[in-house]
Amino acid sequence: MSENVTLTIDGKDITGEKGQTIMDAALANDIYIPHLCHHPDLAPYGSCRVCTCLVNGRPQTACTFPISDGMEVENDTDTVNEMRKQIVEMLFVEGNHYCMFCEKSGNCELQALAYRFGVTTPRYPYQFPKREVDASHPNVWIDRDRCVLCARCIRASKDVDGKHAFDFAGRGPNRHISVDAADGIEHTPVDADDKAVQVCPVGSLMLKRQGYKIPIGQRKYDHEPIGTDIETGASKKQ
Amino acid sequence: MVSAKKTIHIEPVTRVEGHGKVSIQLDENNQVTQARLHIVEFRGFERFILGRPYWEVPVLVQRLCGICPVSHHLAAAKAMDLIHGVEELSPTAEKMRRLMHYGQHFQSHALHFFHLCSPDLLFGFDADVAIRNVIGVARKFPDLAVQGVMMRKYGQEVIKRTAGKKIHGTGAIPGGINKNLSTEEHDELINGFGDMPGIDQMLEWSRGALKIAKDYTLDNLDSVADFGSFDSNHLGFVKEDGAMDLYHGNLRAVDKDGNKIFDQIDYQTYTDYIQEEVRPWSYMKFPFIKSVGPKDGWYRVGPLARINVCDSIDTPEADAELKEFRKATGTACCNITMAYHWTRMIELLHSCEKIKQLLEDADLQGEELVRTGERRGEAVGLIEAPRGTLFHHYEVDENDQVTMANLIVSTTHNNVPMNRAVQKVAADHISGQAEITEGLLNHVEVAIRAYDPCLSCATHALGRMPLDVELLDASGQVVDHKRT
Ligand code: FES
Repeated sequence: MSENVTLTIDGKDITGEKGQTIMDAALANDIYIPHLCHHPDLAPYGSCRVCTCLVNGRPQTACTFPISDGMEVENDTDTVNEMRKQIVEMLFVEGNHYCMFCEKSGNCELQALAYRFGVTTPRYPYQFPKREVDASHPNVWIDRDRCVLCARCIRASKDVDGKHAFDFAGRGPNRHISVDAADGIEHTPVDADDKAVQVCPVGSLMLKRQGYKIPIGQRKYDHEPIGTDIETGASKKQ
Repeated sequence: MVSAKKTIHIEPVTRVEGHGKVSIQLDENNQVTQARLHIVEFRGFERFILGRPYWEVPVLVQRLCGICPVSHHLAAAKAMDLIHGVEELSPTAEKMRRLMHYGQHFQSHALHFFHLCSPDLLFGFDADVAIRNVIGVARKFPDLAVQGVMMRKYGQEVIKRTAGKKIHGTGAIPGGINKNLSTEEHDELINGFGDMPGIDQMLEWSRGALKIAKDYTLDNLDSVADFGSFDSNHLGFVKEDGAMDLYHGNLRAVDKDGNKIFDQIDYQTYTDYIQEEVRPWSYMKFPFIKSVGPKDGWYRVGPLARINVCDSIDTPEADAELKEFRKATGTACCNITMAYHWTRMIELLHSCEKIKQLLEDADLQGEELVRTGERRGEAVGLIEAPRGTLFHHYEVDENDQVTMANLIVSTTHNNVPMNRAVQKVAADHISGQAEITEGLLNHVEVAIRAYDPCLSCATHALGRMPLDVELLDASGQVVDHKRT
């Protein structure tokens, strides 16, 4: 029998289980906390900072921070959302994100977050980093231009697929996804049906020859902002 | 700082919107010795595409134009069908793409005619610039102005229902299409919706627009026959039976008298027949027909050329109009520059007839959308875009990444012809004059506008076209400069 913990999110009393993160407790209560690196099937990682909340007045990442009795969490407020908007803008300028022709457009979590936060044009200067494409695999390709360094593929490959095909290389602005083979993804054990390929939130790790098959109007975020399924409880029914 | 520079270099729209510039050189007696039109080209895109996966190209490359993106989308998709290993699309895919394409022709031709060229035809080239504009048309001919807006919108609604969006959609994918036409979408296009009338009204308005262009040309035949006109070769697609086909066909080129230079050429082999020449004074390349040579091998494309190369049109009303056009111009091959307007309106009617035919075809509701086949490394995709034949040529490596791209757009084919038209108008109307008047400037614009080179060059809104005209004396000094 797990131990119950009570806390408030935006003044609303909610109950969670001891040991849960704020993110998991919120999800269980149909409260959407915007997130990018968090994935329900993967261990918490805490790299993107999009889930930042004010916890008892201090900024913390909800996906990694455990709940405790009496905790007060500020989530959907102007102050918090403005911080998140800035974080999303930084993610945009740190990569090369050309949504207008990206095959992930409409299904991309980063793009959907930008729409949710009303990002029109980033306030920071574009960095235009030089990033490499690796299309050597017959069925999977990496476009590092679009990578947000969320490590979902790294975690999924290691913990779910049992392959450890991906990891980070480089530091600071040069940090990038590398593959566990000297001459490209072709020489890794990655398969098209790997969890690692399914969990990429952006258009960075993709199946080949599938682009644009879903028509405009039927893509995941064409009609409702990201998080709507959580707020309406629809995500639980699926 | 860095960002501003980079944006300028790669931003496709700015390149397409490159302003036109005309330079006219005079000798000591103020006679024109040289007249040139300069337009910025899209060369950057051919580099931009390198390394990208081939299925991305139809969506990426259409971004080089905000005016006729569907043409680039489809030309690239046709090439990528072959790269993907698909020679023949499913009937649903082929017909959805055709519907998209005729929607594009319909909206583009309507836009050009009503918004850009009608002020010249309705008010005259020399009319007061304060009236000779789209607002003037709206005041004096309000019904026409509304028709122009609604026809353009109808074409865009066709595009939206086939490509997913009015501009820069994603409908065509290698090997097919990503959606069919729902019965609801079909009913809307047939019967109209909201303020938008249905297809029969579009047909009626198309007939009306055609009549304006035809009557104008016939009423003024004496003056327009020579205006910016010159003999030339013509290039376009035809079907196997010689009929016009705007979506797919084989290449045919005719000379100034209509004699065939080549015929029924599979466009995969276009490099055996067409060559591109680079000239130092222009960013644009100058294509020519190899067998005729660089000096005389240049040709025209677009509505006039298509009407000249085809034997017939496979929709009844447009075919009757073609016969009437041939009878009126009296030759197998018409070289009158201003006849572009009449022929463009014949195509407008043809596109409208085609849209109606397609909407009546149940294949549009079919379920087989995409086919696959054996991958290949190189392919060419061609389409008859509203402004003329559009070439897309790609090579793709075994990793599915593009290694070579060559695009020849209609404005490039029409490069020499537009320069000829400018030279002719300059010689006929400017020679001997020291000052350029606005009316005179507009004569140059009218000749360029006949080719509908691209919206920004042909923008006529509020009587303005972003055109720079320089008058140089014999020593190369600028003696007069006019910006419209
Ligand atoms: S979702 Fe919490 S830090 Fe990324």
